[in-house]
Amino acid sequence: MTVLQIAALAAVAIGGGAVVLARDPLRQTLVLSVYGMALVMVFFVFQAPDVALSEIVVSTVGLPVMILLALRKVRENERERQEEEE
Amino acid sequence: MSRRTRLLLFAIAAAGFGVVLVLGLSGLPAFGDYKGVYGNVIDGIGVTERHATDLVTALNFDIRAFDTLGEEFILFASVLGVVLILRQMRGEHDRPSQHEGDEHTFGGASEALRALSLLLIPLILAVGVYIVVHGQITPGGGFQGGVVLAAGPLAVFLAGRYLRMKIVAPHTLVELGEAAGAMGYALVGMGGLVFAGVFFKNFLPLGTPGHLLSAGQMDVASAAVGLEVSGAFLVAFSEFLDQAVAVQSSPSGSEE
Repeated sequence: MTVLQIAALAAVAIGGGAVVLARDPLRQTLVLSVYGMALVMVFFVFQAPDVALSEIVVSTVGLPVMILLALRKVRENERERQEEEE
Repeated sequence: MSRRTRLLLFAIAAAGFGVVLVLGLSGLPAFGDYKGVYGNVIDGIGVTERHATDLVTALNFDIRAFDTLGEEFILFASVLGVVLILRQMRGEHDRPSQHEGDEHTFGGASEALRALSLLLIPLILAVGVYIVVHGQITPGGGFQGGVVLAAGPLAVFLAGRYLRMKIVAPHTLVELGEAAGAMGYALVGMGGLVFAGVFFKNFLPLGTPGHLLSAGQMDVASAAVGLEVSGAFLVAFSEFLDQAVAVQSSPSGSEE
């Protein structure tokens, strides 16, 4: 294994932990996209550029956007329910 | 379940998992040690028999093209599921005012972000098209290029222009694109059946390895998959956007 491969694997290990430890869903989403970037590095240094290419967009743009939009919807519903109770 | 019991359960499970993991990992072949046959065969015939320099694409769109057909319809079906679940339901209605002045308040995008997105859109689209059409030469292909292409209209949304994004990528158009891509890929397979006698057998001229128009059906298949994937992602994105931005659920219980 080269130094790059070890570094990329370490980044994934740290990133995965960071995603779990970030408890607020909003922060978690942003950490998740950074973690996705680490995964891209792993795929790239392990000679799978095809996978890396799709992972770039899916993990740094696609997934976070969907989670963020879902969060927005959930919070809006919660706010409406609270207003109703008051 | 109390916190103590949970921790105890976790400790038992973690110990068991650790033992199994160590046992499993110790039996693995050395790093980079490949004992399979299939990979070497593909390495040997990819360039000589299929005229493709990127063997992953050669696998996806020619040698194992039938598998890709299944994968493509998995994506197609899952996006259909998203559309079905996120459809506008009873008790939900469009937010009343949706004119141009409104979207700035929603986006809250700064001038810098807007300028950056504007710069990104043509770049993203160019890279996406490049990756789709060069699939058989360099790493990439329909799926990778398709997701990059789908990120283009999303940059319009990033610029705080939700309504403009719906003009750039209207519902009917992206749905049509997705369906056309899925059908196009199946048609490539039918072409093989009609002109070469076997489903997904290459029936187009192979050309010179390394040239843009080479490797027979791979270019066409890659373009079809690119269309399908970018359409699928855009359909999902716009469904999510509609739910988050345009659709308002009315207070439960009171019918409006």
